[in-house]
Amino acid sequence: MSTLEEQTQGDVLAGEEDGGSASLTTPARLGAYVRRGGVIVPILTTLIAFIAGGLVVLVTGHDPFSTYKAIFDGTGLQWVFPWVTGSARSTAAFNLQQTLIATTPLILVGLAVAFAFRAGLFNIGGQGQYTVGGIVSVWLGSSFAGLPPVLHITVAVVGAALAGAVWAGIAGALKASLGVNEVISTIMLNWIAIWAGVYLFGLGGPLQDAHQPSVPTSSSVSASAKLPVFWGNAQLQGLHIGLFIALAAAVVFWVLLNRTRLGYEVRAVGLNPDAASYAGMSVARNYFRAMAICGAFAGIAAAMDILGWKFSLFTNDIQASSVGFLGIAVALLGRNTAIGTVLAALLFGALQTGTSDRFLDPSVFNPNLASNLTWMIQGLIVLLVSTDVIALKVLHSGRGVSLVFKRRAAREEAGR
Amino acid sequence: MSVGAIAVAPGRVGAPRHLGIAGLILAVVAWVITLPPMLVRTAVPSAIIGVLAMLAGAIAFVGDERRLGSGAIGLGLLAIAGATGNTNSSVAHLKVVFTWSILVAAMLRYATPLLLAALGGIISERSGVINIGLEGMMLMGAFFGIWGADVLHSWVLGCLVAIASGALLALVHAWFSIHLRANQVVSGTGINFLALGITGYFFIADYGSNGTPSGISQVPGVKLPLIQHVGFFGGAIGNANLLTWIALLLVPALTVFLFRTRWGLRLRAVGEKPRAADTVGLPVLRTRYFAVVASGMLAALGGAYLSDAFVGSFNQNMTEGRGFIALAAVIFGKWRPVGALIAVLLFGFASALGDRLPTFSQSAATLFQALPYVLTLIAVAGVVGRSRAPASVGIPYVKE
Repeated sequence: MSTLEEQTQGDVLAGEEDGGSASLTTPARLGAYVRRGGVIVPILTTLIAFIAGGLVVLVTGHDPFSTYKAIFDGTGLQWVFPWVTGSARSTAAFNLQQTLIATTPLILVGLAVAFAFRAGLFNIGGQGQYTVGGIVSVWLGSSFAGLPPVLHITVAVVGAALAGAVWAGIAGALKASLGVNEVISTIMLNWIAIWAGVYLFGLGGPLQDAHQPSVPTSSSVSASAKLPVFWGNAQLQGLHIGLFIALAAAVVFWVLLNRTRLGYEVRAVGLNPDAASYAGMSVARNYFRAMAICGAFAGIAAAMDILGWKFSLFTNDIQASSVGFLGIAVALLGRNTAIGTVLAALLFGALQTGTSDRFLDPSVFNPNLASNLTWMIQGLIVLLVSTDVIALKVLHSGRGVSLVFKRRAAREEAGR
Repeated sequence: MSVGAIAVAPGRVGAPRHLGIAGLILAVVAWVITLPPMLVRTAVPSAIIGVLAMLAGAIAFVGDERRLGSGAIGLGLLAIAGATGNTNSSVAHLKVVFTWSILVAAMLRYATPLLLAALGGIISERSGVINIGLEGMMLMGAFFGIWGADVLHSWVLGCLVAIASGALLALVHAWFSIHLRANQVVSGTGINFLALGITGYFFIADYGSNGTPSGISQVPGVKLPLIQHVGFFGGAIGNANLLTWIALLLVPALTVFLFRTRWGLRLRAVGEKPRAADTVGLPVLRTRYFAVVASGMLAALGGAYLSDAFVGSFNQNMTEGRGFIALAAVIFGKWRPVGALIAVLLFGFASALGDRLPTFSQSAATLFQALPYVLTLIAVAGVVGRSRAPASVGIPYVKE
């Protein structure tokens, strides 16, 4: 079965084979452009998902426009408009800091899912890798108080990355050695990580905070392990430098994938494992390496949250977190590229902040409803990305769609 | 990427395979002898039997039975650890935890939703469509089942509403994966997120923070008049839920359907060689549509059991990965109903055990909540012998 990547690449090839001639219709050329990885499909996909979400809001007796307006107001994105001044501007600045704080881990878990996709693997385990990363970073961050800050932060971040890598590596190794499907193994590892975390920090658990024996939480991260804040007030949860670490990770992702031998092998295995193996690459080793790298990204994501603004880990927080799952939508919407992932992470970061009960005006729309609206929008986006045909259908008449089908059919026939 | 597309050469029955199975059985024996009613109070016999199990596993492993071998080694280790734990705990505790009739009843309760979803998964995958969305379809059934029972004051209608909701969501999955030829794993993941959003949204919109009210009409249990008060059997199956019985009866029914009727043959043909099925005039796409929708109905019924019979209320994301465990059971059971039944009974037993362990230690019991998931992982990785997925599962069919 072909992966998304394979389909896209295949379409690119198909588009180039017969795309050069001027005889093609406008929709067909547009379709070919879109399938080369243009920005139109992701944007359309997002629009369709938001419209469908708006319909649900409408059907359940709320005003979709005021709801979306309220969500947007909560994101702080209006900060970029020069006409927003005075107290509105400082509120927007604070909200935008929160949006970017939420964007930071989303970039990283998005990269975690995207890297797996490029290797032809579906990493649904971002959540579990994020969880073990959180467990290890909060443990390392709250131990060794008094280390030099740079060293302490490095230790905690590297520890989280390793933990995530090991966790994802289990799924990679099982896939590589026994052929265990990574979708099932990563889902199971998610739940194992969550229950392990609840056990460790729960009442009577070995890592539960000794200072508050009746609260199921971890010890607090010591000052030397906290990430510096560079925008806003550190006391009021300003924006920490994790954002730059996430952006740097996106650059690393791009370089790793496009400029190294490892990335070449991973992509080759992702496109066609049989051909890669025939060319002398070890498919099994690349599955393992790819998953371990994914896990490292997700582990760092958790470290950014713990060392940047959470500073401790509550058991109900472990159970309620959904950052890793959001990463799937982020990666798919970002078409598994570095820049796309960053942009999609910003969208979902804004959505997360805008629908949180801290920033959404409950008199306009119940934040508990809004967070479920986010799930719906996310689901629709993933659904729509699973096939580009719908977005194409919206773009133009049914003709272009049948063209895509014919081309795909021809290719599948040729591949048989 | 297809689920369980583990292509292996045809089976060769030989000594390593038998040794591997013997290893698994020995491991179980090593653990069981320290439990009621035998209650061996020293770990030595268990250790000896466990080491034998691991030895058998190691020989099987060397003899190219890698899955069985590693499974036996792992299980042997677990058994020794478990037996040591048993011998160090008090007889009274052991007797509380291992009251077999209660354990079996709980096992059936946990297994029922998994079984219904797994049977659905078998139908869908046999027709050639991967259904990662089982989880979401279960969740739909869980919410709309109890919602329907609440609004319509009848558990029968509640179950029907649940089935309809699962069918509707399955129809979306079918449309995407059959008609639009989407990547089925990705589309199924989208279905899961969508279901999470839909059920959560309507749950909050209808019930707010109070949760579902009490006194909703629930799926009743079946009181077996003759054996209801007969010791072990009375406790284990004397008052099992109606849906448990339906799920159990569906196992032989589906087996007969799949392997003894022409419709079953057609379904399998469509999943194995759609081109050939098409050539002889079978409606490939329509068959797949029916199969996916049927799987959604069964999964949703499993979800309805969860909310309207097992727990008696709904809460957000209450399926907690059970759809994926069901999917693992499909693979573990080699795409056969009886195999899936064995798998879900195993997972059900792990959950039932996890439930009763707080007797020993509250915080350690939390850790045992992870047991079904660990077991699923080990089962899919280790014990599964040679499983072969339907040949065309995950591949969209293009009519010529």
